[in-house]
Formats: sequence, structure tokens, C-alpha cells
Amino acid sequence: MSGEAQPHYQQPLLHTPFHRRARALSQVDSFIPWSGYTTVDVFTFVEQEYFAIRNACSLYDLTPMVKYRIAGPDALRFLNRLMTRDIGKLRPSRVAYSVWCDDAGHLIDDGTVFRLGDSEYRLCTGERQLDWLIDSALGFDVEIDEVTAQTAALAVQGPTSCAVLRAFGLDGVERLKPFELGYFALPPALGSGRQLMISRTGFTGDLGYELWMRPEDAEDVWDGLMQAGRACTIRPIGSRALNMARIEAGFVLPNVDFVSSQHTLRVGTERSPIELGLDWLVDFNKGHFNGRRALLEERRRGPRRRLVGLDIEGNKPAHNALLYADQAGRHAIGSVSSATWSPTCKRNIALAMVDAPHMATGRQIWAEIYLNRELVWERRMARARVVERPFFAPERRRATPPADY
Amino acid sequence: MPDTSVGRAQYDCIVIGGGHNGLVCATYLARAGRSVLVLEAASQVGGAAVTSEFAPGFRVSACAHLLHLMPGSIIRDLGLESRGLALAPGGTPTTAIAPDALPLPIDAADSSALARHSAADAAKFAPYLARLRRLAEALYPVLDGAPPRLGTDSWHDRLALLRIGWRIRRLGRADMRELLRIGGMCVQDLLDEHFETPLLKGALAFDAVLGTSAGPRSPGSVFPLLYRMAAEVQGSSLTQPLGGLGAVSDALARAALAAGAAIRTGSVVQRIVVHADRAAGVLLQSGEQISASSVISNADPKTTFLQLLGSEHLDTGFVRRIAHLRARGVTAKLHLALNARPRFTGLSDAALSGRLLLAPSLDYIERAYNHAKYREFSPAPIIEVTLPTVRDTSLAPSGGHVLSAVVQYAPYELAAGWDNERSRYANLIIDTLERCAPGLRASVQALELLTPPDIERQYRISGGHWHHAELSLDQFFIVRPVPGAAQYRTPLGGLYLCGAGSHPGGGVMGIAGRNAARALLREAA
Repeated sequence: MSGEAQPHYQQPLLHTPFHRRARALSQVDSFIPWSGYTTVDVFTFVEQEYFAIRNACSLYDLTPMVKYRIAGPDALRFLNRLMTRDIGKLRPSRVAYSVWCDDAGHLIDDGTVFRLGDSEYRLCTGERQLDWLIDSALGFDVEIDEVTAQTAALAVQGPTSCAVLRAFGLDGVERLKPFELGYFALPPALGSGRQLMISRTGFTGDLGYELWMRPEDAEDVWDGLMQAGRACTIRPIGSRALNMARIEAGFVLPNVDFVSSQHTLRVGTERSPIELGLDWLVDFNKGHFNGRRALLEERRRGPRRRLVGLDIEGNKPAHNALLYADQAGRHAIGSVSSATWSPTCKRNIALAMVDAPHMATGRQIWAEIYLNRELVWERRMARARVVERPFFAPERRRATPPADY
Repeated sequence: MPDTSVGRAQYDCIVIGGGHNGLVCATYLARAGRSVLVLEAASQVGGAAVTSEFAPGFRVSACAHLLHLMPGSIIRDLGLESRGLALAPGGTPTTAIAPDALPLPIDAADSSALARHSAADAAKFAPYLARLRRLAEALYPVLDGAPPRLGTDSWHDRLALLRIGWRIRRLGRADMRELLRIGGMCVQDLLDEHFETPLLKGALAFDAVLGTSAGPRSPGSVFPLLYRMAAEVQGSSLTQPLGGLGAVSDALARAALAAGAAIRTGSVVQRIVVHADRAAGVLLQSGEQISASSVISNADPKTTFLQLLGSEHLDTGFVRRIAHLRARGVTAKLHLALNARPRFTGLSDAALSGRLLLAPSLDYIERAYNHAKYREFSPAPIIEVTLPTVRDTSLAPSGGHVLSAVVQYAPYELAAGWDNERSRYANLIIDTLERCAPGLRASVQALELLTPPDIERQYRISGGHWHHAELSLDQFFIVRPVPGAAQYRTPLGGLYLCGAGSHPGGGVMGIAGRNAARALLREAA
């Protein structure tokens, strides 16, 4: 892999197998570190990349996503004890989004579980978890290996993503249902016998796919997609544009909307899945899992706070805004963790953690927004309404087969 | 709180393991009106407090061989003395022995022998002991009660903390400071501050390191000494029950039966049965399943949680703490069947009925410990010897004698493997004793060596640690065995711990069993 050409101490951040392509297309040289890799924050400018997600087709390098292979006779028992969701319901060739907690029911991380075989799974997650996974494996006959570097991954998202994949020659991809995965041969022009795995998953809330391949196939796939997608104005995107899309989709991001309980230092800054509004991922009926007893107790007591969607007046994103029950700002009730102007919804939206009495949909609260007007700071109290998530959920994200657009 | 979904449970309580704590717990529960079943894997109750025949006609207390920590309140409460427990008459004097020196009686009341070594030591010994006893006495409430939880609103927890604080405060400024100063210290530093006689220091340090994976220079080695002395405050002085330690267990079993508990021996529990996230009974190795509203485990924490329950019923963080519990035994036991009364050079007859400590200096002990760190045994082990047949002839055929030796440091994981080394180790111990008791070897008719792996197998104690878990500051009181199970309750509803892995820990004491019963009864109230 190109990233391993130099000793690690001379190059603290690795390059993904797509790095040379990304470097060549980067116009503003804006890179950020992600799980030990250099990744693109912005290629050109954010809005242009955002519209590729919502109006055309976007390419996003998600190789740094940490991947674990979990296999063995007890793989399912292990995952069911680890995860809040009932992984027993996950059929082969299906993918499930889930979270996992510590003993106190506090969130460690979220991620996706791919069922690759009868007793073989892949777990994809934002941060490294090996110590927690290994300790969780005590008493289970299961193998856990990190396979992050062995698998290059590319997200192809947007209304024309299916059309682009077909134009590239991945026949049959249109039959993949949401959260389904399949194996596809690469176009014969690239040589025979090469295949990749595609899952109909993504972080945009839109029609989209994630491609999982051997690192040595990465550049050919990238080039082939860029070529095949030219007519659909395919565009590589960085993390910044993706972030706008995921806020519209209402997805939470670790270290932004919550901090893993493995990293929090201050008491009370941990978050539970119930507080994050992820109750639907918690299956109390499947038997014991990490944090179950604590979460039952929390459910009985009722959560103290909750992550909600906010619709805020005006068009200035409420980044990090403190929230109040009253316009005067005497009674603080929470704060915004993610905020953006949503170009598609034409709404000023945010994800915010608010105290229990204020979390009901329709509740009106106030956001304290700071505006920098050429270094003259202004403070504005903006009306905000608690609304349902997601903010944007187009029907096309579910349609099978997808239309061509 | 019976689980109605599975119909009426067969018993209110099942106690896994009929060790002394299990029997104490069962008795208190039965007396409170619970239907109780004690399941013991072995063919006799008692766990590691049993008298077993190790050679034809020769019987010995198989693990523990002295009774001194069981509080008088439990002995009286359970009426053990009216149920057949008889203690050997006379005290159990302690004598320090060494191959190349005359025996030294360790006796604060008569320091004349010590004065021949050092007049200064003789003058300091009684005040030293008196002060340690005062400190230990102040710590007794720590030992006796259930550890409080910190940061709760419960008056029960607060009261327990207050009681402890009050007892320590009442020591007065000087003693309180001394307690705080020496509490985490190593025993070598403490003894060096007071004494100069190696034989005395070795013998005093022996009680600090006995049964622990620590040497005299290990930080915190004063703590086990204070612990032992605190337990002795309410316990008896060192005694040997007639008939061996098994007599204690037999009396406890009679108390349990009299209270209405049922006891089944030869019943190996394979799994704790869980229903609706509560302990609901046990599955025996025979395939029989017995239901109960509560299960109380006298087994050690690792066995209870990792083998009998299984980590799938527990959270990762808790399992991690249990897995990290330090519970590797370093103590071995050697039993010798002798055809003659052994003669220890220079030892009086009275001393022979007591305990003999072969740990002639602090350096000697520390060197013995060094080897254990590297999974070896020392060529010069430290040994505690008792000769129960001197007072209790029932344990051996006429004219025969039994020598019972507690030996350290015998690492659980021996690099060379115990199977290859056991006869060499037994011989090494006999040779070491031979130098103090010439002719001993010639009188040996049979022997039994119990290494930590043997103890693990025979008594089903994970790691073969007879305190179930290392007794040290990091595994004591509110963190014994681990946070989340330190109040006898466990993360699984209806499952309790009552063994030496729980507070206050090892030794034939019975407090953990009594406290577990109290915790269960209070929770159900």
C-alpha cells in the first residue's frame, strides 16, 4: 500500500489506497486526520460537494473506518452480548446499525455489523475498540481481527449512485435492498477474477452504496467510477460536505454528538442510547447484553436529557449554541452539538442535547447564536422548535430498484 | 422474591459449596425461615476446612490447620461447642526455629529467651504488640460488617462508615497517625524500626506474608498482619480443634441441619440457571436441575462468575474486573505421616504442641519470595509446622504422628511444571525441616503434598488460592472481590457471594457467610 512506503515515525498519518487520486483532485489542499489516516476535508468547496450528494453522485473514501472480522462458533452470542440490538435477527448478507455500551449503559460507540456468513461478521466503527472487543470475548469461542488496512472502502452516494455503479459495469447492483450486501465482479476490462463487496448502506440518508475492496483494486475502481460517472457529474467529496448530509439525515457522530464513555473524563458527560434517541436500537427482550441492567433502570427512571432535532429561525447555523427555556437566557437547558443550514430543506437545523422537560416535539426554546460580523461579535437569541428527525429522508433511499434520475 | 413465571421454586435458597462460609450462611438463612439446600461437590462438607486421611490411619487438617479467626459470636451463635467442636487444651505457642540456632519462643508475656538475643528487643516486644493490637482493634468494625457502598444516600452505608471512622478517631491522635502511617507500609520497614533480632523479625513477618503473594519488602505487607490481628481480637487465640479443622465443619453442618437446612454432598454444580435475568436455581453435573429463588455461591469469584454463571450474563467491565482479580495461590501444604515423635533440636515439649515457624530472617523470607516471582520455588522455603498428634492422638495410629506444614512460596504456575517437580519439592521441604529436626526423614512413612494446582483441583478453588483471592489492600473491603459485588450481592439479581473471595476474606472465619445471609435477608425484607 502506498501509505506504508515510509517508516511510521516519519509519517504519523497513513495514506489510504485512494490517496494519490484524492491528492490529485484536491484543489484547496484541505486534509484532516481520521483514525490514523490522512483524509480530505474539502476538495473544492463544501456546497458543491454537498450538492453532489443530494443531486448527483458523490465519492467518499471511508477506508479509515475501523473494521473488525468477528468469526467463530460463538460469534453471534458474542455480538448479542456486546450490542444493544438483537443481532440474531440479522440474516446472512444483511447489515445492521447498532450501538454498544459499557456496564453503566453509557455509549461506547456506534457502527454497522455485516453478516458475511453463518458465523462470520464484520464490525465497522469510527474508532478502535480492540481492547473492549477482546475483553468482551472472554468466555466466548470467537476470533477477532482488525482488518482495516486490508480493506479499502468507498462510499458512492446520491440519487444517481446506482446508475453510476451500473454504468461502471456492476450489473445487478440495482437489486440490492437497503442494508443488503452482495459480491460483484469488477468489469472484465479490469482483468478477470476481481470482485468487490457492495452494501447498500451509507451516512447520507440518501440513495447510496458502500464498496469494499482489496487495496490493490482501489485505484482502478476509483478511476472506473469517475469515468463511468462523468455524465452524472460524479464528484469526490470530503468530510465537511458529508457532515451536512448526515445532520440532515439525523445521524449522530461520535466525539461531536456524544463522547465515548471510554474517553470521557468528567462524570456526567457520558451518554446513553436512550439519551441519544436511539432507544429503537435497544432490545430488552433478547437476553442479557452489556449495559442492559443499567438501561432498564434508566428507562424506568426516564432519561435526564435527550438528543433532539431543532428547527431554528434565521439562516445562521447555531454552532455550539447554548439553549434556554426563556428568551432572556436565564434558564439554560442544553446545547447544540451539530448545526448546519440545510440547503435541501431550506431550514436552519441542528442536533441538540436538551434537558428532559424540554425534549418533547413541538416545544419552543431559544438558541443563543454568536455571529461574527467582520470581527464584530453579535449575540442573537433565536427561536428554536424541537422537531422530529430526520430532517431529510427522500423516498429514493429505499426504492428498489432505484430510478436513474 | 420467588419467580412466579417458572412456578414455585423448590427452595428459597441454594448454597453452592458446603465450606465453612456456606454452612454458616445456610444456618443463618434457615434460622430466618428460609428453605435452604447446601450443595457440596465433595463427599464431605467443609471445603478447605476438612480433616482428611492422607495415609492409612493418618488424618490431618487438609488446608487450614489452625482455628483462630472465627469470631466468638459465630461460635456461640451457632452453638458449635455444644455440637461437638472441642478445642485442644492449652494454648498454641509460637516458636521460631532455624537450622543453626536455638528455637526462640515468640511470647510477649515471657521475653527472657528473646532477651538473650537482644535486651532492647525484649523490652520493646510487648509494647509493640500492644500497640498493634490497639490499632487492629480499631479496625475490627471494618472486618466485621458488610462493606458500605460509597456515595449512596442509604443510612445503612453512612452508619457503617461512621462506625469505622469513629473507632479509628477514638484511637487518639498518636495511634491514629501510626495506623495511617503503617497501613500501607511494608512489614520489613516496620520491623526494622523496632527490632534487631533476625529470628524474631522473621517470625513476625511470617504472619504478614502467610497466604499472600508478597514478601516482607512488598508494599502493603503490614496490612495482612493488622488484618490477622484484627480478626483475632474477636476470634479465639490460636487453637487446634480436636479431630482437626474438619471438626469445625462437622459442627457447622450440624448447626445447619438443626436450623432446618438440607445438605447434599457429592453434588457438583455445573451451571447457575438464569431465568428472566435472575438466578433461578442450579444445574448439577448429574443433569438434575434444582430451582430456587436465590443462589448463594460459596465458590470463589472466578469460579462463580466465569464458570458457573458465564460471562454472557454479565457486563464486559465486570467480567474484566473478575478476570483481573489476583487469585493465584503461593501456598503449599505438606503432610507427613511419621512413625515417631519428631525431635526438634532444643525444643520443649510444650512448644511442640504449638506452631513452629521456620523463617529465620527477613532476608530469608524475601529470598524465598524472589523465586516465586519468576515461577520457581526457593531452595529455602518458609514453613509453618504443626504437630496436631502431640495433643490429639486420634489423628494417627498409636505411636504415629502427623506433621502438617504450610509452605511458601509455591507458585501456582511453576515454570518447570508441578508434575515434574513435586517430589523434588517435597524432598526439599523435608530436607529443610530435617536440619531443625534431625531424624525426621527416617521417620516419614508417607507423605502428601498439596501444591496450589492440587488445591485448585481438590477444593475447586480457581488459582488454588486459599483466600479465594489475594488478601491485599487493593482487594479488600469495599473492593473485595471487585466493585459491583462487594456487598455480597452480584450484578445478577438473586445471586449472592458468601465465600472467602468476599469481605472480609480468607481464613476459617465465617464472617462472609454470616454477612451474605444478612445481605440477602435485608434485601428481601
